[in-house]
Amino acid sequence: MFRLDSVSKSYGSEQALDGVSLTIAPGDTTALIGPSGSGKSTLFGLLTGLMKPDTGIIYFRDQDISRGSIRELRQHIGYVIQDGGLFPHLTGHGNVSLMAAHLGWSRSKITSRVDELLDLTRLSPEVLARYPAEMSGGQQQRVALVRALMLDADVLLLDEPLGSLDPIVRAELQQELAKIFRRLRKTVALITHDLAEAGYFSDRIVLLRNGRVVQTGSINELQNSPADDFVRQFVRAQQLAGVGQ
Amino acid sequence: MVTSAFATEPVRVGSKAFTESVILGELATQLGNNAGTPTIHRAQLGGTRVLWEALLAGQIDIYPEYTGTIIQELIPGTPGDTAAIDTALRQHGIGMTRPLGFNDTYALGVPETLARQLSLRSISDLAEHPMLRFGFSNEFLNRKDGWPVVKTVYSLPQTNVTGLDHDLAYRAVASGSIDVIDLYSTDAEIAYYHLRTLDDDRHVFSAYEAVYVYRLDLRDRAPAVIKAITRLEGAIDASHMIEMNALSKLQKVPEANVASQFLLTQFQIKSTPHVDGMAAQLLLRTREHLLLVGVSLAASIIVAIPLGVLAFLWPRVGQVILAVVAAIYTIPSLALLVFMIPLLGIGTLPAIIALFLYGLLPIVRNTHAGLLGIAPGLRESAIVLGLSPSARLLKIELPLASPSILAGIKTAAVINVGTATIGALIGAGGYGQPILTGIRLADYRLILLGAIPAAVLALMVQSGFGLLERCVVPRGLRVKSRR
Repeated sequence: MFRLDSVSKSYGSEQALDGVSLTIAPGDTTALIGPSGSGKSTLFGLLTGLMKPDTGIIYFRDQDISRGSIRELRQHIGYVIQDGGLFPHLTGHGNVSLMAAHLGWSRSKITSRVDELLDLTRLSPEVLARYPAEMSGGQQQRVALVRALMLDADVLLLDEPLGSLDPIVRAELQQELAKIFRRLRKTVALITHDLAEAGYFSDRIVLLRNGRVVQTGSINELQNSPADDFVRQFVRAQQLAGVGQ
Repeated sequence: MVTSAFATEPVRVGSKAFTESVILGELATQLGNNAGTPTIHRAQLGGTRVLWEALLAGQIDIYPEYTGTIIQELIPGTPGDTAAIDTALRQHGIGMTRPLGFNDTYALGVPETLARQLSLRSISDLAEHPMLRFGFSNEFLNRKDGWPVVKTVYSLPQTNVTGLDHDLAYRAVASGSIDVIDLYSTDAEIAYYHLRTLDDDRHVFSAYEAVYVYRLDLRDRAPAVIKAITRLEGAIDASHMIEMNALSKLQKVPEANVASQFLLTQFQIKSTPHVDGMAAQLLLRTREHLLLVGVSLAASIIVAIPLGVLAFLWPRVGQVILAVVAAIYTIPSLALLVFMIPLLGIGTLPAIIALFLYGLLPIVRNTHAGLLGIAPGLRESAIVLGLSPSARLLKIELPLASPSILAGIKTAAVINVGTATIGALIGAGGYGQPILTGIRLADYRLILLGAIPAAVLALMVQSGFGLLERCVVPRGLRVKSRR
């Protein structure tokens, strides 16, 4: 679905991505993990087209998206950020139907699609009548997910989707998201800073450090055959943090 | 054809913002009406510059002027005799009556007690008292025939020289906060405040014979009015003028009544002076003020919001836009008005344009800041959703910035209500009119008649925006977060 070919990106003197090559296959769920400053967010910026690479090429469905406008392609990409990124001046319903209405969908088509997704995400319709400020954190994330799925995008990009939720809500939503991903069979890429969460969602974890891919593999591979000392330390630190929780 | 088209328009008499000029303007107005030609008085329009430019631009037809001012300020280098002045004016399409009969020259005055103490008789005597504090009207302070020449000719050493309003100067000298002020020799206050007029022993001040200047085309358009005002030639001597000034300034008789009384006793002309009652005046000023505020604010909003959006979309252009609107804001209002007279004349339009320009800064700035303040995550979410730039602006960014934009409009509106009082300086009326007259006549009642409604209007605007906020700012931005 996505293919990155020696992609580099820097901000001034700071090298954010350094010759990254990576493939995200259709139907796969890929977790991007790494310490802050490792280049995860920059990578997402490039996948969503919000940034352009300095060198290298990025393909989305075999189309070069590293130059020029990709607005038409965006309908195929669903995007959810840490706090949901819901527009505070619109109700939940206004948020999820915004793009569909912009594309001229009929009201009945919008309604049936929203109902479908409410079912999938187990959201009650009355939540959609509220403004984001009136929703709980978990509700906001579900509504954001509905918004991202509204146009039936092929790819879901989730930037720390559970990052700002309290542990109980987080565990609950984690299970549900995994179920939803399995049911939808969509291509999913998500950023997390939690190795356990990455392992929970995905068999394919991409560990980044200083703008380079250090290791790609399942959580077991990262734990049992770390590529270098950094991977070993990273895994141990995550396990210690996990014990602490 | 042209003449008949003009005939429907009334003859417009202007006057400067001091009492004598207003009385003379009123005399001409009443004589014009008495002669059967509709004549209106645009009273206390401003200083010499404003009146002269307005006359040249055809915004007014007649106004009272002084020969000294013409040869010193308006057409410098003109010889002092009336024939030469007349010829010089003619080249600008302006005619002049013969002198009205009094010389209202500049003079310097000191309180009688102080004059006796220091034995001050002439301006030369001031040189020996460098500590004396001078307070001059701003016009006198800067005119070529004013303080600059006095200072040079008499070699005066005083450095404590401040500029202030002529009418306030009398009160300042009476209260002892300044010692020497400039006088118009027909001012009624000279006697009232017991001031001694210092002898101009080196003859610095030229003659300031009062005359009317008028547009020459008036001879075709309204010959009767010209004929009527020539009746005043040689008819007002200094004692008449001082008496009329005293009636108006010290006894608070409206200028219109002072003028009609003079016409009755001197010419047995019965004119009906137009004097508004307080309620009628308040209504008129409110209407004028609301017009100034409403139109200029609407124009500011229509122009400033797009400018703020432009500044946000193109940061480089934005720097220029923000700098220009800020620079405009710093131009003093009076200077801005005078610049506009040659282009737009006097009255409501230039006042509205000045207010419009002042209204730009808060709205442009708040629009720009409001858009810039949108959380990056929200802006990115809108882009990734696939909304077009225009849809993003209209559906996401402007609504999110609306509280800030509205706050900018509110600031602009409140400032505008206060600033609109400058309209009175250029003939646009409004609450500034009674304030200006009140300052001129030392009439606190009149000042309050303008100041209180202006303050009330500002408060109403303030609370009106509270209501507007409920309609304009999306509800989602007003609800309290549950998190």
